Amino acid sequence: MFEYMGDRLSKAIKNIRGMGRITEENITEALREIRMALLEADVNYVVVKEFIQNIKEKALGMEVGKSIKPDELFIKLVKDELVSLLGGDYVPLEVSKTPTILMLVGLQGSGKTTTAGKLANYLRKKQAKNPLLVACDIYRPAAIEQLETIGKSLAIDVFTEGKENPVKIVSDALNYAKENKKDYIIIDTAGRLQIDETLMQELKDITNTIHPDEIILVIDAMMGQDAINVINGFNTALSLTGTILTKLDGNTKGGVALSVRHLTNIPIKFVGDSEKLDGLSEFYPERMANRILDMGDILSIADKVESVISESEALDTARKMKKGTFDLEDFLTTLKQIKKLGPLENILKMLPQARKMGLNNISIDPKDMAHIEAIILSMTPYERHNPDILKATRKQRIAKGSGRSVEEVNRLLKQFEEMKKMMKMVSNGNMKIPF
Amino acid sequence: MGLFNKLKNIVNKKKEEENKETIKVYDKGLEKTRDEFVSKLSLLGIKYTKINDAYFDELEDILISADIGVNTVFKFMERLKERIKKENIENTKDLMEVIVDELFIIYVNNENLTTKVNIQENGPTIILMVGVNGVGKTTSIAKLAYKYKNMGKKVMMIGADTFRAGAVEQLKIWAEKTESFFYGKDNTDPAGVIYDGLEMAKKNNADIVFIDTAGRLQNKVNLMKELEKINKVIDRIIPKAPHETLLVIDASTGQNGILQAKAFKEITNITGIVLTKLDGTAKGGIVLAIKEEIGLPVKFVGLGEKMTDLQTFDIEDYIYGLFKDMME
Repeated sequence: MFEYMGDRLSKAIKNIRGMGRITEENITEALREIRMALLEADVNYVVVKEFIQNIKEKALGMEVGKSIKPDELFIKLVKDELVSLLGGDYVPLEVSKTPTILMLVGLQGSGKTTTAGKLANYLRKKQAKNPLLVACDIYRPAAIEQLETIGKSLAIDVFTEGKENPVKIVSDALNYAKENKKDYIIIDTAGRLQIDETLMQELKDITNTIHPDEIILVIDAMMGQDAINVINGFNTALSLTGTILTKLDGNTKGGVALSVRHLTNIPIKFVGDSEKLDGLSEFYPERMANRILDMGDILSIADKVESVISESEALDTARKMKKGTFDLEDFLTTLKQIKKLGPLENILKMLPQARKMGLNNISIDPKDMAHIEAIILSMTPYERHNPDILKATRKQRIAKGSGRSVEEVNRLLKQFEEMKKMMKMVSNGNMKIPF
Repeated sequence: MGLFNKLKNIVNKKKEEENKETIKVYDKGLEKTRDEFVSKLSLLGIKYTKINDAYFDELEDILISADIGVNTVFKFMERLKERIKKENIENTKDLMEVIVDELFIIYVNNENLTTKVNIQENGPTIILMVGVNGVGKTTSIAKLAYKYKNMGKKVMMIGADTFRAGAVEQLKIWAEKTESFFYGKDNTDPAGVIYDGLEMAKKNNADIVFIDTAGRLQNKVNLMKELEKINKVIDRIIPKAPHETLLVIDASTGQNGILQAKAFKEITNITGIVLTKLDGTAKGGIVLAIKEEIGLPVKFVGLGEKMTDLQTFDIEDYIYGLFKDMME
């Protein structure tokens, strides 16, 4: 029923492969597919219209040389348009003064409180800053407790001052931040509808009191066509400086990303891509366009891998794979590294061609990985280095120790053998890695 | 008699009866939605008096902008064109009624839809609330509890969102406000919490038990498996329960809503949808696509922040609430 945007686009583009030149006739089908794909991705219908019109005009005006095929030219055109639609370069967070004040605003349930925690964690971890979280959601029951719990788990200061007056809370928080030499203040505000005049006035009052350096709209990536009303409503009232797109780890196509920047010129600064408190990534338009176009997102993976796996460990593993001396002990190390990367599906999805190989719909239960780990951990180091010695009694002992069945132990050993064979083939050059 | 008049009669009759309040809540809750959606449709009728391609294009845009779902809209447009041909409709004015009628058909589709909640005569009725993150599960439970409390039922809430910080605390505050029994625990296995909670519900002779679960994105396998386990535990303590499993969906959700409905339905026996936050500018059109493609009906709609603003879904009130200005 549903196809990913990348699939639709590549199918549409395939149709013009082999054509001598681009004519209105031979791109009609492709344009129609692109329109469907974008609408199904919840891209605002006005943006879709403009996008299609732009592509059409530019495509028809293109000179098709002898060396460049029309489909390649077309895909480049679509990609360039996507990138420009997504807004060119990455726009980092403002750092103007100490403390820099960030205020998060948005509808109910968009993920402001969680994002506030993630943002604080990001600033401390990636930029070595000392942030202060400010609990300003005085309406939702237990919202303050939620921020306090998050702050505690991150060991980041949370400023709270009851449920009385948000304007007073923020100005007192500002004084506290100055006294305690905080670099950033992150204000978590209550969720509200952009048409709720009373609550919008409250945000204006806060703004007029402490003049935030950034007012960031936190917006759910699963939002449909109404997103633009929400963005415009908040922007008109508060002059937003950026947005953060949350819940992008779902299987939403996130067309909102395409609409936000184009219709309002407000940059997307971050995306939320996991439930964990380190699940906040900088937003790169170029990478997002590549992902949409099924070109994969190697750079994002590289960043992720780099931040969790040390280079020497990786090199060591690679050397062993090549030599064929890769044993279950190494396998365990690799498994632990992979686990640090977060849900494996997220990584697979970013691989170029992932969809063609059917990897995008693969689902990996972290529990299965935990089971494998348990089995290996129930072996003695000697057994891990020499899996060949594992016979019936040893297997029974391992099964018992790990709480799994002997069949599962056997399956793991078999899979491991096959993996080893494959590694040898790859390193001997008998098999090409598909990406 | 035309459909507009038929609807008007139905709604007027309800107005005379005890449903007066309900219609007012719909009327007010849908105010913003109506302003946008219907004024666009009305303008279209003024801009074009004759039906032509440009009219169809703009109509399609309006329906898509209501998040009705791309496939559903395309099918709708085809049916509309067929009817225009068959019934020789030329004026856009005459078409309005057909449009409302066809929207109705997408949802009702000759079925006998019921919004009745499967209440058990003997023993507790278990209602499980599920959905993705931030749709309003906890708040919806509070409003439903308030509703049943006022009907004289003994209500209990079980806080089994053991993942999100403060979630159990949030539900507990609502339990205190609505004077409901409560059981909940942070940072532990949700199935275990539910087990203990249901035992307590039996001891307290609760009539209705609401179970709050953690928000889960439907593509997260481990979280969906957790939901399976939750269902097993519930069934073990109270056979044939949960009696209702309600999927909560935010009215502003786009096409992903269809994937949510599909994935949750595969894992658990979803009996209906709670459509929240319809009091904003969002039109919640995705429920039409969900009904058409997945077959799940809406049972409750959230039309405001007040405790009484969660109402039983009534397709007639909903359509009337949307098109009221055009009917009068």
